[in-house]
Parts: sequence; structure tokens; C-alpha cells
Amino acid sequence: MHEMSLCEGIREVIEAHAKVHKISRITKVRLEIGTFACVEKHALAFAFDVAMHGSIAEGTTLEIIDIPGRALCFDCAKEVELIDRLNPCPNCGGGKLIPIGGEEIRIKDLEVT
Amino acid sequence: MCIICGCEDIKVQGHCHDGDHNNLKDLHFGRNHVGVEISGISETRLIEVKTDVLAKNNMYADRNRKVLTDLCTLSLNLISSPGSGKTTLLCRTIEEIGSCSLAVIEGDQQTTNDAKRIRSTGAQAVQVNTGKGCHLDGYMVGCAIENLELNPNSILFIENVGNLVCPAAFDLGEDAKVVILSVTEGEDKPLKYPDVFTASKLAILNKIDLAPHCNVNLELYEENLRRVNPKIKMLRLSARTGEGMKTWINWLHNALAKKSHGKMQLD
Repeated sequence: MHEMSLCEGIREVIEAHAKVHKISRITKVRLEIGTFACVEKHALAFAFDVAMHGSIAEGTTLEIIDIPGRALCFDCAKEVELIDRLNPCPNCGGGKLIPIGGEEIRIKDLEVT
Repeated sequence: MCIICGCEDIKVQGHCHDGDHNNLKDLHFGRNHVGVEISGISETRLIEVKTDVLAKNNMYADRNRKVLTDLCTLSLNLISSPGSGKTTLLCRTIEEIGSCSLAVIEGDQQTTNDAKRIRSTGAQAVQVNTGKGCHLDGYMVGCAIENLELNPNSILFIENVGNLVCPAAFDLGEDAKVVILSVTEGEDKPLKYPDVFTASKLAILNKIDLAPHCNVNLELYEENLRRVNPKIKMLRLSARTGEGMKTWINWLHNALAKKSHGKMQLD
């Protein structure tokens, strides 16, 4: 359930931006989540609604943008795109891959009025 | 800013865009702050944020890293499922290397049992109870460090909350994550929870004295570990019988030597 901690962090960032930009209402929050990020998206969406309660972002729509996973294959030494962490290398079929991208948990932007 | 003329004066409510900018003859009041409403153009705007959600945690982690680096203190974040034998391993480790050259931060949701166990060996320990939290974070560890008297060239063990999921995501400012897996947990644990094994530099296969009794394949454990992290170092030990402890103690001494020589990257 660290998704709740993440959402509390998201709330802090949103509130700081709301203050700086004098935002009165936020209609959408867009997050970028990497395929290999330690995040369960359903849990995050649930925690988001709870964490935003009572804040400027209460009731705001959450949009999650998926960032593809990238990995280095230790068999063919190529950088490849991976849909699932345990998939074999799409280039050589090797099974020893280490993530090199797709671990992001980032607030991209806010849609405000 | 006015979205028609680009002027900065948002205090001018309803200024005119017909001819002279300063001509205030025609007034039009809208709902937005520039006082202009144009059909077809939404009032909605985008504010670019581009902020890592963990940025605040990472800031605390960087602060911890600096404090620990200035002291040449090697810091290891020990992660495992509950009951894998982290505290027993630590007690045994303290027996081997001596209590004065190390300190322990104990993370649990509740109780001070583990800190008491560590203190009974003579080593200093701080218990961090996370309440409902499932992991330690950079801030908690920073507070705990302030409550310890760390010696230069010593080792700080951070025993995370027993959990193979969440601790993987939180940088504490440590030099390395060390994951501990007991042989009773099942050979497929690295495949089921790859994140934590990917993030770790060393995997300790603990309770190997139980291996003959529970029909486990230690080679398969290691094969699965290599599959999710080809770079991970592995060692087998039993904190109860002491088998394999020497290799672990050697690893610690080597890591401490690297840290003392200013090499941040452990192998």
C-alpha cells in the first residue's frame, strides 16, 4: 500500500503548484507511470481519490500515461522494449534482462481552470 | 496574461482589443482572470509539472547519503519478507564483527522487539515504528540517524519493514540494498517480486540448514535471481548454524573498505 504514500506526495506537489499558479480548480491530473515502476495502477487510482479528499484536487480526474519498459539484454547486449518484466528478449529470446527505463512515477501536468 | 494581446496587466478587467490597446471604451467581462471570454477557446489550461512523485523522498535520501558519506559509514538497506531471519542474521553479524563498529535502524510497523534484540548484543539501535506504513522512507531514516552516534568507518544496517514490495521503491540514501531470502519461501520468489531483487546488489539465501528438510532447489533460487538481475551477487548462509557467515563478513569488510576509499559504487 505504498501507493497511498505516493498519492500523499502527489497531493503536496499539486498544492504547491496551485499556490504558485493561483489555481482555483484542477480538472485533471496526468501521471506518467513506467511499466517497471513499483506501482499497482488500480491501487494508485483508489488511493488517489482518498488522498485528494479535502484538497484542491478533490474529485479530479486521474489520467495515467503508460511509459514503455526498456531493458538491457545480457545475452545479446541490445537495448530492447519489454511489455512484461519476465518476458524474454524480443531480439534474441534471452532471459537475462535488467531494466534501464520505464521506472518513472512522474506528475506530467495539471489541467486547470 | 491576456490571451489576445499578450499584455501582462491582468488587473485591467475588460480592456479593449479594438484598435488602441489602452482604449477602455468597450468592456467585456469573462469568468477568467484576464476578463476575456472567446467562444471556441476553452478556459482550461495545462500547467506543466514534470515532477518525480518520489522527489521529496529522494531529497531526504540525498541528505542521508551526504551525512553517511562524510562519516565514511557504509549503509546497507536490508529487505526481505517477514520472518526471513534478518534480525537473527544481524545479531550473528554483530557477534562476528563487534558491536562498536556498527549501528542498526530497525523498521517495523509495531513493537520495539527487534531493537531490544539488537541492543542486547551491545550494539546501538533505534527502532522506527511506521504505524500503518509498509516501508521506511528517507525522512524516517534521517530522523533515526540523528538519534544514533555513528562512528567514522562504521557500518549502518537499516533493517526495513518485512515486505518484498514497497521498500524497493524508496531510496533511503543507502550504499546498497541487500535482499534476504530464506529457503523456505519458495524458489519463484524472485520471479514473483522482481523489483526488489532488481534493485539489490546482494542476495543472501538464508536458513540453508533447513534446505534438506523442505525439498528446495538452491540452484533454482539462484537461477531465478540471475534471471531478474544478472548483476546480483549471491551467497548462501545459515545465521543459526553460522555456515557461510565468513563469506558474508568478508563481503562486509570489502564493502566497508571501498566506502572508506571513497568508492561509492559497490560491486
